[in-house]
Amino acid sequence: MDYASSFALIAPELLLTASGLVLLLVAAFGGDKMARPIAILAAATLFGAGIMLLPGLHSGVMGLDTYAFGTLMRADAFALFAKAMIYLAAIGCLMIAPPYFAQAANGNERGMRAEYPILVLFAVLGMSIMVSASDFMTLYLGLELNSLAAYVLASVMRNDAKSSEAGLKYFVLGALASGILLYGMSLLYGFTGSTEFGAVRAGLSGEMGTGALFGLVFVLAGLAFKIAAVPFHMWTPDVYEGAPTPVTAFFATAPKVAAVALIARVALEVFGEQAAAWQQIVMFLALASIVVGALGAIGQDNLKRLLAYSSINNVGFILLGLAVANAAGASAMMIYLFIYVAMSLGSFVALLMLRGEDGTLYETFDDIKGLSSTQPVIAWALLLLMFSLAGIPPLLGFYGKFVIFQATVEAGLVAFGAIAIAASVIGAFYYIKFVKVMFFDEPVDRVTGKSTAAHWALLLITAVIISPLGYLLTPSLTDLADKAADALFLVS
Amino acid sequence: MIQTLAFYLFAGLVIASAVMVIMARNPVHSVLWLILAFFNAAGLMVLVGAEFIAVLLVIVYVGAVAVLFLFVVMMLDIDFAAMRAGFVRNFPLGLAIAAILLAELFLGIGAYNAGGLQLGTPDGANQAAMGASNIEAIGALLYGPYIILFEIAGIILLVAMIGAIVLTHREAKPGARGRQDIGKQISRRPDEATIMKNPESGQGVEL
Repeated sequence: MDYASSFALIAPELLLTASGLVLLLVAAFGGDKMARPIAILAAATLFGAGIMLLPGLHSGVMGLDTYAFGTLMRADAFALFAKAMIYLAAIGCLMIAPPYFAQAANGNERGMRAEYPILVLFAVLGMSIMVSASDFMTLYLGLELNSLAAYVLASVMRNDAKSSEAGLKYFVLGALASGILLYGMSLLYGFTGSTEFGAVRAGLSGEMGTGALFGLVFVLAGLAFKIAAVPFHMWTPDVYEGAPTPVTAFFATAPKVAAVALIARVALEVFGEQAAAWQQIVMFLALASIVVGALGAIGQDNLKRLLAYSSINNVGFILLGLAVANAAGASAMMIYLFIYVAMSLGSFVALLMLRGEDGTLYETFDDIKGLSSTQPVIAWALLLLMFSLAGIPPLLGFYGKFVIFQATVEAGLVAFGAIAIAASVIGAFYYIKFVKVMFFDEPVDRVTGKSTAAHWALLLITAVIISPLGYLLTPSLTDLADKAADALFLVS
Repeated sequence: MIQTLAFYLFAGLVIASAVMVIMARNPVHSVLWLILAFFNAAGLMVLVGAEFIAVLLVIVYVGAVAVLFLFVVMMLDIDFAAMRAGFVRNFPLGLAIAAILLAELFLGIGAYNAGGLQLGTPDGANQAAMGASNIEAIGALLYGPYIILFEIAGIILLVAMIGAIVLTHREAKPGARGRQDIGKQISRRPDEATIMKNPESGQGVEL
């Protein structure tokens, strides 16, 4: 093991760690009034770490050269692509946080806490470690680092009962899921004699024993909890509703990317030769998520809860790409993930802009009645985002669903694809309800407050990405996703 | 022979006391059963020749359990008078558990002296360096190949600390009651703080 090359491979993580520690000192001595500069510096760090990914991302690195610290971590094209998405999403979430916390009307008398951007930074570090794990021990440590920071972020508004409840719920269920995951990992270790992905894969070749199968199921169940796939989704609506909206936007994007990348790597790399054993499980998770996500959202009145169900629905589509268990499916999955992050971030930014004169945030359907006459730009942006989430052409959301269905059909899983299409038609109901309420109901004129430039910028950027203009991105996106998928399938 | 006997004793007691942890109706009893489970798990570690981990298990977990115990006592409404009332009645049971622990101690030491339990055949790759003690072997792994995991664990603990402070620390308002201003206390001089009076008898003092 060569330390110099290992450290070079994890340079983005080292940068995040160093910056997190320095900013922590700034926060300790500067106090809460330094919160905004810290957030800006944290976003700049993430941007810098993202720049570091570019050379490897461009050349599509894979193979033995990407292993760091023996076989503990690897920075191949798949990990780099996931990291790039995570960093971008986290920058977005850092941008929208300061204006939200500055509003005293949201039951937050203290303003933004200086620790907030630092916790985001450490959560991102955890995700970064997760996606480049190639050993169950690294995987678990990265996951815990991310989760621990996420629990605190969920309950960061500690005077708000809902926020505390969200944090506690997330913590208790997250700890349970970690326990299940750890139990599965210990079973796999017991039956294969190693925690390293390649060695576990070799140990599982041939007929799979019951004990190892149990391990596989437990590991998949633990990871399915982290991505909120049905039937492990119960916490999602409550946590998404209770957590402060910038935190919810964060939960719906960056950790989702990390957990999906993780589940893909574990399924395709570690259990790559046992695809028959997990394909049914993942297929069930996918279809159940799509259907429950579509049906559960129908009765919701709170927009954050609705977006939580929407994210469950989207995770189903992503898992559908995984269930295909080939390189085309994995590539489609990564493309969908990118589009999902853009749509999701845009929707939450739009929710953050639904504020009254005194800064109160509105988050129910009643509040956005007739939004098109009072705030036409937000209404039109939301229209684009909702139509894109519903997968209506010519918006980019359609392209994401299209590549997933294409991979499914090419693999001969036509029936499953058909169920998913049927469920997405049902899901279109509530996305279109959004539009109906905004454009055709009597205006209530509640959303009158002004939004900051950061919100406007992010809303417009995401709206442009998901608009038909976004198709200009697809060639390079497909190229990157293909390279990532190739890196994932190199071992097989 | 003695190792096998000790193994089944320890393993059986771990399972039995773990069951009792979740079956006991009294939370204080649960905590005590948990301690018994940890002790027996430590015994198993001794049997496989990992005496350092065994000691660590006892020191760290029993220490953690002491904290847990405090939390249980502080957070739950337990009637200690009622618990003490059964002291004489439960004394034989307590004595029995103490006797079991003592017997286990001797058995563990005996089994340890009789040599480690062989678990499968060791292959060359994972063997510790010849003659290295437990602690040396763990240190060589922890600060060698697995250094990055060790560092990540450190960051996790740091995040846990930040989280605990963010969620619970409340800044006291300046000037609030019970708040010390140490600088002010130190900078007081005797001639400002005290006065000498020489009262006439029967006159009283005017301050």
